[in-house]
Amino acid sequence: MLKRVAATLLSTSLALGATSAAAAETITGAGATFPYPVYSQWADAYQDESGIGLNYQAIGSGGGIQQITAKTVTFGASDAPMKPEELEKNSLVQWPQIMGGVVPVVHIDGIEDGALKLDGETLAGIYQGNISNWNDEAIAELNPDLELPDQQITPVYRAEGSGTNFLFTHYLAQVSEDFANNVGEGKSVAWPSGVGAKANAGVASQVGNTNGAIGYVESAYAEQNNLNVAQLENRSGNFVTAGPDSFQAAASNADWANAEGMYLVLTNQPGDNSWPIVGASFILMHTQVQDADAARRALDFFDWAYQNGDQAASELNYIPMPQDVADMVRQQVWSQIKGPNGQPVWQQ
Amino acid sequence: MTSSRNVSARQQQDLLGANEREQSALRRNGVIDKLFEKGTLTLALAVLVLLATIMGSLVAAGWPAFQELGWSFFTGDRWAANIERFGALPAIYGTLVTSLIAIIIAVPVSLGIAIFLTEMCPVALRRPLGTMVELLAGVPSIIYGMWGVEVLSPFLRDHFPALFPAGTGLTTAGLILAIMIIPFITAITRDVMVTVPPMMRESAYGLGCTTWEVVRNVIFPSVRGGIVGGVILGLGRALGETMAVTFVIGNSLFLNPTLTGQGTSIAALIANQFPEADGLQRSALLLLGLVLFVITFIVLAIARLMLRRIENRAP
Repeated sequence: MLKRVAATLLSTSLALGATSAAAAETITGAGATFPYPVYSQWADAYQDESGIGLNYQAIGSGGGIQQITAKTVTFGASDAPMKPEELEKNSLVQWPQIMGGVVPVVHIDGIEDGALKLDGETLAGIYQGNISNWNDEAIAELNPDLELPDQQITPVYRAEGSGTNFLFTHYLAQVSEDFANNVGEGKSVAWPSGVGAKANAGVASQVGNTNGAIGYVESAYAEQNNLNVAQLENRSGNFVTAGPDSFQAAASNADWANAEGMYLVLTNQPGDNSWPIVGASFILMHTQVQDADAARRALDFFDWAYQNGDQAASELNYIPMPQDVADMVRQQVWSQIKGPNGQPVWQQ
Repeated sequence: MTSSRNVSARQQQDLLGANEREQSALRRNGVIDKLFEKGTLTLALAVLVLLATIMGSLVAAGWPAFQELGWSFFTGDRWAANIERFGALPAIYGTLVTSLIAIIIAVPVSLGIAIFLTEMCPVALRRPLGTMVELLAGVPSIIYGMWGVEVLSPFLRDHFPALFPAGTGLTTAGLILAIMIIPFITAITRDVMVTVPPMMRESAYGLGCTTWEVVRNVIFPSVRGGIVGGVILGLGRALGETMAVTFVIGNSLFLNPTLTGQGTSIAALIANQFPEADGLQRSALLLLGLVLFVITFIVLAIARLMLRRIENRAP
């Protein structure tokens, strides 16, 4: 009898010990700043549910790639996807975890939110300094109903290297050959004209303060700062308004199934209602992991986020990944992540 | 052994008239002196070693970029990381121009404040005004940056739209830098001016000199060195200032050889791009850091040379 009590006590205390050990477990990751707010929201909720915490260092996409290549973290995060050959060279896999839209914001006295219409060619012209006044013919042609003032245009761009820069220049380089040749795409480019402001918030405040300014920010910042967003012409030739619906439309038209290594930038996607500048934020992990448990914990978290993270994401103006894409990631990408024994570390 | 030591000790005692206890105190002091000398020497050498190591690591880290880019690094007119064209000219130009603007504005203003504080200010005002100048020197640069982007650049944009269409630019950065270094130059100038003996001042006044003549012909000649030192310190801060400049300089990576246009400085460019940089870009940024290092060295050397000339010419 006494023995049994002792055994029960022992097993209970062991079980307790096991749970408290699990509570101390954390997932380590580093990278992009843009998805950081939603990752930390998810992490809070996930810790409440499972007891496993997330230690995510928002050090920027470039830093995330460096850290995962050096294997100092379990996963890296980047706003710009890595090219398939780079992935292969470093034996990494990547998948999209969350999406967001980049929107052009304008400040012209007398022009309402969502009233101004622009197309890619014009936007590229403005950012190259070729179109320098709001009453320029190119803009007037797109906006026959608007009375455009004689006001100098001040283009505002992101001064530091950023995923937002990458999405925006990637879009402009696709729609304007001139832009592609003279400026090109990248996280950090040399803008021929305009003013560089720091971070999304800096661009938002500069545009908010300057009459005649135009900028581009993650959609959440446009909303928070009450900035006027311009309509953009998409690939189908329709003018679309920025918002969850048009972002989602772009995302659902994206052809993830045929993207090698999931290398896909969601700019200029087909579809009548697609917003032309949508981007996914990617997670990077090694295909051969030393610590299978750590990798499994990370994948459990991302699986949980695919299933339960949509509401938190929408509240923060992000676009959750559609379920079919999540399924594809589970089946085709996560199955490539193998432990030291050669078995996939994560099973559905 | 013991006896010979005793003998020599006695001899010394005879020589110095010191007893046994004083002898041991002297010996102890000798050891402490040695330790003190060696200790301070080590600390002084540590500075040299640190400097050499920083320089060495910058050279080592920047070398791949120099090999890849060659002299085009110094002559290229744009810094475009996406197409791997790294031209340092826009950043070098911006650094020199903003610092020059800052010095041109700050030196006369600082000298004026210092002259007023030491020569003309009512005694009741002297302390509060002096303290305020010192407080300005302690304001963190990020505060100046926020003030620049929230107050100064909208002001310039609204009142001089022809010169400052966006409010930001090289001149705006120069203005902010001037405001940042004025307290430094003022504080040092005031301190050295106070060291001029009252006798000299009063003699000059006694001869019928005006305040301006006293300042110009009596005080300034005797404190030139100190004033130049203060200006160098200010210039050093202006050349390397990062945070405040990044906010207001416009961050244009194209060479724009105007005074009011948008531009960038070395420190601002590094601060903006370093966190996301890798490969050639990272190496190029480190090379740029070395360039800033060398520019600061050259400026300091020129200032030393000027100082020596002034001192040789002085009576």
